Amino acid sequence: MVILGGGVGGTIVANQVARQMSDDLKKGTLGVTVITDSEQHVYQPMFLYLAFDQVVPSEAKKPERGLLHRYVKMVVGAADHVDQDQKTVVMTDGTSVPYDYLVIATGSRPAPEQVAGLPEGGHLFYTEEGALRLRQALHDFEGGRVVITVGVPHKCPVAPLEFTLMLKAWLEAKGLGQKTEIVYTYPIGRIHSLEPVAQWAAPVFDDQKIESHIFFNPEQVDPEHKTITSLEGETLDYDLLVAVPPHTGQDVIGRSKLGDAGQWVPTDRASLRMKGSDDIFVLGDATDLPISKAGSTAHFEADVVAANLVSLLNGGLGSVRYDGKVFCFIETGLTKATYITFDYLNPPKPSEPTEMIHMFKMAYNRLYWLTPAGLL
Amino acid sequence: MADSVKIVDGRNSFCPGPLMELIKGIRQEPVGTVFEVWSSDAGSAKDIPEWVRRAGHELISNTQDGDVFKIQVKKLK
Ligand SMILES: Cc1cc2nc3c(=O)[nH]c(=O)nc-3n(C[C@H](O)[C@H](O)[C@H](O)COP(=O)(O)OP(=O)(O)OC[C@H]3O[C@@H](n4cnc5c(N)ncnc54)[C@H](O)[C@@H]3O)c2cc1C
Repeated sequence: MVILGGGVGGTIVANQVARQMSDDLKKGTLGVTVITDSEQHVYQPMFLYLAFDQVVPSEAKKPERGLLHRYVKMVVGAADHVDQDQKTVVMTDGTSVPYDYLVIATGSRPAPEQVAGLPEGGHLFYTEEGALRLRQALHDFEGGRVVITVGVPHKCPVAPLEFTLMLKAWLEAKGLGQKTEIVYTYPIGRIHSLEPVAQWAAPVFDDQKIESHIFFNPEQVDPEHKTITSLEGETLDYDLLVAVPPHTGQDVIGRSKLGDAGQWVPTDRASLRMKGSDDIFVLGDATDLPISKAGSTAHFEADVVAANLVSLLNGGLGSVRYDGKVFCFIETGLTKATYITFDYLNPPKPSEPTEMIHMFKMAYNRLYWLTPAGLL
Repeated sequence: MADSVKIVDGRNSFCPGPLMELIKGIRQEPVGTVFEVWSSDAGSAKDIPEWVRRAGHELISNTQDGDVFKIQVKKLK
């Protein structure tokens, strides 16, 4: 069994299968290999706090080897493509890793270059490098007009809202509240994709004097004149631009010809098998499913994929189904948070933010490492 | 239905939801592509035409088939 991608989803699948099949792994009748292009496992939600100088990069990383079950083999290197006919993953160094079952867990990538001028004119907090640059820009910021803009598709749908509310609280605490205007733009006709979240957030924005522009899909940034224009034709001025850029699937998916035009892998929403394949499973950000790209999604999907693989390896039919479950904390400032949970059939209902939920999220940021280990 | 119609199945998608799925499709497919969005949410039948108008694409049809709203859109630019 080969797992392509050592992020949240891939690591959970490897550890859950290894724990349940450890006798077979020990005997050598089963092999579980994780292919990952980085020795470090990255906990991406920390980048949000990194931008506000609340954590440093080392707090977002741990060696992947230490998180993997001892019988799981780890190959560090970049996969060039998947050869479905030969049932191998071909690495960029020319070596091949054969599989009977393949799990695609390659995640997604922010693609600021898809918005002309954005890499030069704007900031992002979705990568370590981006968050560090933004940290410096915020440190140097003396007031002005901050525009927060959101591209489609993107992972972690609550992060734009969280960043906006955290920025507001952070500017107030720094004494820059009166000197700053915050403008939030969103691609569709309300300020969050989830209607109950949008209904909850709209009066909060009014109360905090955060201006919002809906139906705004960033198309072009003019770094010289500091303006951003949407594909709907609206232009906004900014002093500081922070974007959640549109995302794409990884290039390995494109090179393998397994994805659609955005390099997302067509996936069955219940079985999590790649459409048209019996031996390839897909999970996390890499799928083309119309659900939130979030660590929790990857986690719940990994539970399903691992259960099905263990069933298949033991002669079962592998018929556990994914119900679309997603769970997200929502930071609502620097001291309070709320959370939402929903699935294919049940919409979310955000509750009143509390300090306790914020403290729980802070604690989870430290406990996260138990999640890829398959323990939490 | 013509073969070239791309189905955007946004049924039971609370987040990102049918309109974001359509925007994703429009961003990645060529001009001239016709999309048919399937949505189980009545709000989409209003939101999608509104966005299509603002973004300068063409609304071909907006119908209801049982519990599913089916909205056809052509990418114009
Ligand atoms: C700022 C920020 C805040 C977030 N906050 C939250 C939150 O609060 N809650 C939440 O649930 N989610 C949150 N997320 C989203 C979450 O981090 C992702 O959705 C999640 O990591 C997806 O998991 P995954 O396993 O699909 O992919 P990833 O965790 O991204 O892992 C993909 C792995 O594949 C590897 N890989 C890719 N291509 C190749 C290749 N060619 N060869 C070898 N290896 C390869 C990568 O190196 C990586 O290790 C946040 C994300 C960001 C950026």
